[in-house]
Parts: sequence; C-alpha cells; structure tokens
Amino acid sequence: MTFSTVNRDDLKAFIEWFGGNNVLTGDTIDEEYAHDELKTVHRRPDALLKATDEAAIRRLLAYANERGIPVTVRGSGTGLVGACVPVEGGVVLDMTPMNKILDLDKDNLTLDVEPGVLLLDIAEHVEKEGLFYAPDPGEKTATIGGNIATNAGGMRAVKYGVTRDWVLGLRVVLADGTAMDLGGKVVKNSSGYSLKDLIVGSEGTLAVIVKATLKLIPAPAKAISLLMPFSSREAALVAAPKLIAHTTLPTAVEFMEQDMWKYSESFLGKNIPHDEHAAYLLATYDATTEGAVDEIVECASAFAVDKLDAHDVYLIDTDDRKQSVWNARGAFLEAVKASTTEIDECDVVLPRSQLPGYLSFIQDLSESTDLRIPYFGHVGDGNLHIYLCRDDLDEATWKEKTAIAFDAMYEEAAKCQGLVSGEHGIGYAKKTYLRRHSDARQLELMEAVKTAFDPKGILNPKKIL
Amino acid sequence: MKILTCIKQVPASSNVDVDPETGVLIRDGKNVKMNPYDLYALETAYLLKARSGAHVHTVTMGPPSAADVLREALMMGSDGATLLSDPRFAGADVLATAYALSQMLRRIGFDLIICGKQTTDGDTAQVGPEIAEFLDVPHVSYVRDVDLRDDKTLRIRTVDDRHEDVLDIKLPCLITVDKDANTPRLPSFKRKRSTRDIRIETWTLDDLSDKEATHYGLRGSPTQVESIFPPERQATGRIHSNLENPGKTLFDILVEQKWLRGD
Ligand SMILES: Cc1cc2nc3c(=O)[nH]c(=O)nc-3n(C[C@H](O)[C@H](O)[C@H](O)COP(=O)(O)OP(=O)(O)OC[C@H]3O[C@@H](n4cnc5c(N)ncnc54)[C@H](O)[C@@H]3O)c2cc1C
Ligand SMILES: Cc1cc2nc3c(=O)[nH]c(=O)nc-3n(C[C@H](O)[C@H](O)[C@H](O)COP(=O)(O)OP(=O)(O)OC[C@H]3O[C@@H](n4cnc5c(N)ncnc54)[C@H](O)[C@@H]3O)c2cc1C
Repeated sequence: MTFSTVNRDDLKAFIEWFGGNNVLTGDTIDEEYAHDELKTVHRRPDALLKATDEAAIRRLLAYANERGIPVTVRGSGTGLVGACVPVEGGVVLDMTPMNKILDLDKDNLTLDVEPGVLLLDIAEHVEKEGLFYAPDPGEKTATIGGNIATNAGGMRAVKYGVTRDWVLGLRVVLADGTAMDLGGKVVKNSSGYSLKDLIVGSEGTLAVIVKATLKLIPAPAKAISLLMPFSSREAALVAAPKLIAHTTLPTAVEFMEQDMWKYSESFLGKNIPHDEHAAYLLATYDATTEGAVDEIVECASAFAVDKLDAHDVYLIDTDDRKQSVWNARGAFLEAVKASTTEIDECDVVLPRSQLPGYLSFIQDLSESTDLRIPYFGHVGDGNLHIYLCRDDLDEATWKEKTAIAFDAMYEEAAKCQGLVSGEHGIGYAKKTYLRRHSDARQLELMEAVKTAFDPKGILNPKKIL
Repeated sequence: MKILTCIKQVPASSNVDVDPETGVLIRDGKNVKMNPYDLYALETAYLLKARSGAHVHTVTMGPPSAADVLREALMMGSDGATLLSDPRFAGADVLATAYALSQMLRRIGFDLIICGKQTTDGDTAQVGPEIAEFLDVPHVSYVRDVDLRDDKTLRIRTVDDRHEDVLDIKLPCLITVDKDANTPRLPSFKRKRSTRDIRIETWTLDDLSDKEATHYGLRGSPTQVESIFPPERQATGRIHSNLENPGKTLFDILVEQKWLRGD
C-alpha cells in the first residue's frame, strides 16, 4: 500500500483543527517521537499532532482516511516493540495532552478517564478514595491509553488479571472518523461480539481510544511482600506454581536470580538485603483486613520453608522495606540497559510448568551464541522478560546473533505451548515471530478484523500483522 | 561481648495526633513501626555478632504495644529483648527518657550500647549521647563502620558533612549509627519460629535502682511544651508552560533562588 505524505494543505487543515501550537513538523519535532523506549525501531513522523479533543481527532481521521495519510497514535512512548513508531511516516498523534480524569463514580465503582492520563495519576486519584485500580505495569509514566492498547500486564496479574479485565467501556474513533461507545459502566456484557475487547491490545491499529471506563474495587487494607531465596533457579521455578496453588492466591510472584539484583544494585547505587542467594521468588499478598493478610503471610511462609525448600522467608512489610526491594525490582529493565550498549528483548509467555525447562534452554543458548542473556520474569503469569545484550559487538555481528537467538527463543517457546508476547505486544519488532508461530487461518481472521475496522489501513500501518 | 541495642516504636505516617492539652504525642499502638534509623543500629550489632559471636540484647521504652518492635528485632537477629514500660514514665522528654533507659541498661550490663542516630518522631538525636553521659561511658555519634580491634577496643569510622574520622574507642562505650551505614536485613520467618519461645520481660520503675518517681516521666522532664503546631508549609511549585525559552527561564529562576551564580 502506498501512502500520501503530509503536504502544506494538510498542515493548514491540521492547524485549523488542533491549533498552531499543537502541530509540529520537521526539526521542531523532538527526536523522542522517532522511537520508543527500546529504540530498536526508528522513523520520524512528517507531522506531530498534540491531541486536544475528540472533535479534532474525528476530523483528522476522516481526512487522513480520505487522503491515505498514516496515523500512528502515541501515548508516553514507553513501549518496547516499536508500536508507536510511524514506520510509514505520516502523522503521529500524541495523546498525552488529553489527560483529564473525568469522573469517579462511587456507586458503580468506575473511573472515566481520557487516554493520556498516566498510570501513576490513576493510582493516586483512586487510592485517596479508598479504591483500587489493580493493574500495575512497571512503568508508571505510561498512559492508560497505551496500557489499554497493549493490554499491559504488570505485577499484580496473578490475582487481579491484566488491563483488559479492568476496562469496562471505551469510546473510540474509527479510521473513518466515526466515534462510538463500546461496553460501558456495566459489570458484565454478553451483547454480541465484544468489540471493546478487540480494541484492547490492538496497539493503535483498529481505532483511537479517546475515553475509557475503568473498573475499580475497594482497596485492600494492606499488602505484604515476601522475599524467598532458593539455592537454585530450578528450586525457585518449581516452587512458584506450588506457591500459587497453595490456599491463598498471591497478587504477584516475581522471579529473579542473583545477577539481576546485582545489575540493579550497581545501577541504583544501593544494596538490597539478602542478595547473596542464587535465586528468588518475590511474592505479594493482600487482603481486605490487616489480620487476614498477617494470617495469609504466616501460612505462605510456613509452606515455603517447610514444603518448597525456601532457604528462609523475609518479610517486606513497611513502606521503607517495600521501597528498597521493589525499587530494585522495578529498575531491572533500566539496569540491564545501563549495563550494556544496546539491548533487545523477548517477552514470551508460557504455561508456568514449562518455565524451568525453558530457562535452562536460554542458559544453553547464551553459551552457544556467546551472548549475555539476563532475564527475569513475572513467573506467576508464566511471563519472562529476556534481554539480549550487545556489549562490544559490532553492528553486523549483533544483528546476526540477535536474529539467531530470537529465532531459537520463539521456536522453543512455541514447542513449550508458549506465545510470542505476554504483555509488551507485537508492534513492529515482533511481527515476524507472530506470523511464524500463528496458525494461517488465525492470521487470516486477524487480517479480516483489521480490514473491517480500517479498510484503507491508515491506522498504525505495518504493525502486528 | 554483650551488645545492647536501643530501639523505639514510632508512628508509621507523618500525620501524628498531639494531645492539645499536654502537647504530648498520642500513641495508641496502631499504625506504628520501628524507628527506621534503628534498623541501621541493629544491623551494626548483627554484623558484629557475626564476626565476634557477641550476644545482642534489645530494649525499648514505651507503651506495652512497643513489645512489637522487640519481637521484630528478635526476628531480625537479637538474642533477647526487654521492654521498659510504666505509666509513670509517660510524658518523658529526652532527658527523662535517657535517664530511665540508662538505669535499665546499667542493670542489664553491657560492653557496647548501640543506638540509632535519631528518631523520625522526636527527632532530637540526643537520647544516645545522654544515655552515655548518665552511664559515664565514652560515646561517638554518626558512626558508619565498626570493627573490633581487640577485645577491649573498637575501631570506628564516622562521617559528617565535612570530614571522615577513624577512631579507636575503649569498651564499654556507646555509639549512635548513621542512616545508610549498612543494608538492614529483613525480619526472617525462620527466626520468628526459633525465637517464638523467648519471653520478653517487661520492667517497670520498680525494677530500676533509682525508684524516685519524680525523676521520671513528665515530672522528671525539665522541658515544658509551650505550644505545638504543624510547621507552615512552603508554597508549592510554580508551573511555567508554553515558554519561548524554557532553558533560560529555568536558569533565571535558579539564579534568582541562588542555586546558581548568574555570571
Ligand atoms: C521500565 C519499564 C517497565 C515496563 N513494565 C511493563 C510491565 O510491567 N507490563 C507491561 O505490560 N508493560 C510494561 N512496559 C511497557 C510499556 O510501559 C507498556 O507497553 C505501556 O502500555 C505503553 O504505554 P505508553 O503510553 O507508553 O504507549 P506507547 O508506547 O506510546 O504506545 C504503545 C501502543 O499503544 C498505542 N496507543 C497509545 N495510546 C493509544 C490510544 N489512545 N488509542 C489507541 N492506541 C494507543 C500506540 O499506537 C502503540 O501501538 C514497561 C516499560 C518500561 C520502559
Ligand atoms: C515535653 C515532652 C513530652 C513528651 N511526651 C512524650 C510522651 O508522653 N510519650 C512519648 O513517647 N514521647 C514523648 N515525648 C517525646 C520524647 O521525649 C522523645 O521522643 C524521646 O525522649 C526520645 O527522643 P527522640 O525521639 O528525639 O530520640 P532521639 O534522641 O532522636 O533518638 C536517638 C536514638 O535513641 C534511642 N531511643 C530513643 N528513644 C528511645 C526509647 N523510647 N526507647 C529505646 N531507645 C530509644 C534510639 O536508638 C534512637 O534511634 C515528649 C517530648 C517532650 C519534649
């Protein structure tokens, strides 16, 4: 498909709808808008539009659809698969200015937000009302629009599920400029195909999200984390599914080996306690009364020590302790990035029981390719984050080795009944692997969905499929 | 070697209630935690214990609910703990607190007393040094590292804004440990189990050698609280948006507030 580039007349129209301050071109566009957090995909947009309101977005899309101008929606650009990069040029529509929290409905326990609201602002807004929006992806400066468009996961998925489970309704603008409401302030919905759920996770390829209705619940009284050291990777990975199945579901179960803490410690310049063990599970439990949490923690600790061979169980109960351990956990991605010249990542999701085998495969791969491959995982969800580190490799060798390593990693994941992405999405960077490891009929259906929503293919072209 | 560590239970949040009549903090045992500075004091003791096989005993003065922080210390590495609690100690200022603690510490016996640098509620950083004065032992504050030189001497490193000192100090003595001096360990489930049967004794005024009640609590406190009020809040930040030259504006503000020199 060939697209039109943005010309003077187009710009005039954009300025009329968005205002002069909100339309940027050429060198006035910050380099940031040419890539996302991982910087593996790069392309500058012809024009950058700062989203102001739904009406302007409707006009823009109707016009771009007519003219064949690609429109790539962008949140905070914290994505990791190049999803917000305008690989075909055209317009980047920056949603961050649409950042109002519209309505907290205490009867229906819903929160209406504009798509540019940051995750951290949502948490702050609802928590002071004693309410809770459970999804907790690591990057708190991501937009809720970006979270919805990638179906972001995060640290509390074991108990509370992922972003999709917390989106009740969406208002979207389709490629031809039509706006519509999908779902709503309803707790359940069996009214035909769930178009809302198709938009969740569609990475800006089906529609532009202009408003979301999120589900809230009463906030848990307290959450306590437990740091469980193990003598080996296998011991920790074998323990994880058993811990999850044991009486009370944790909100999170994270897995890491000692090297990850070390990356984080040197990145943050701060040590975490008990960093001398080979492998760890970091589990969190919450409940609606403090007493209940204490009881759960006691029971889970005894189980881990007596039945799972945890070396000990350390209590992370105060804000200071939570900060010291969880900040270090939250810094893993950046710490690995800082340890090398360039990284690329893989975010496969597997049945939990397959993790020990899969990770020993990764260990072997690291040796056979002579690449440094640190990893950690939301093991509670069977979701691993595996990083290839370039270190001092030249460009050609790096490209060659990453191709070999990725091919092998996705191949092995498929053999273990795993899928290409657990939470970061497909975007541009992982398209090859989605195609390679999906059934042909499924790909046809996905293509048909894309065409039904966006027949001219102007919305975030060349992504996912 | 016998190490005594002093810890205090403090409000977990900074929103504390103050009795408007007496100016005394209202402590109800709810939403409390161990004074974060004391974690560094405990860790210092446990590191010495690992090196020298010292016995670490932990004390606190406070309401009966303060026994919780002693339990926590047992879960972290203390070998024993004693609570000093008596309504007659209520309303103690720094001097009366240090006096009561010193009476207790003398009776338990020690080679080394380790305190935190300060607390997050009273915030005076005076209790440690005052205990040492009452006990007439040498003391060093702002300690970062401690090691045993021989069985009678500690080698100590202290740091303040301007300089670092390395000192030798004779036992028995008292040190107060600075924030971030080490990485405090977390309470351990295995220790929780193994220390479950350790009884935490509660001492009252009757267990101290000076039994004169007017030396303790509000009556033993020379400090008079005139009035108590929350500090005035600084105005919040300014937001400048859509500036022609944001770098220059920021520079001018930093110069105006004397963070940078304009020349
Ligand atoms: C340190 C770090 C930690 C992270 N941790 C996690 C984690 O724990 N879990 C997780 O899932 N992800 C994580 N991520 C990845 C990233 O934060 C998420 O993918 C996030 O959802 C992206 O949001 P964003 O606002 O930055 O979107 P962008 O990166 O700007 O865009 C992502 C995609 O969303 C689309 N999009 C954005 N807004 C809209 C809209 N309004 N309408 C339609 N489409 C839209 C874009 O077109 C693009 O396809 C992490 C990233 C970093 C850097
Ligand atoms: C007039 C007045 C009335 C007060 N009334 C009360 C009251 O009714 N109840 C009350 O709790 N406080 C009261 N306070 C506050 C109390 O005096 C101080 O909190 C207390 O003396 C300790 O001082 P600090 O918190 O500044 O400790 P700092 O000197 O900052 O603490 C340094 C270190 O000393 C040790 N330490 C301090 N306190 C204790 C303790 N209690 N037990 C063991 N070790 C300790 C710890 O190692 C700590 O890290 C009152 C203060 C005044 C001025």
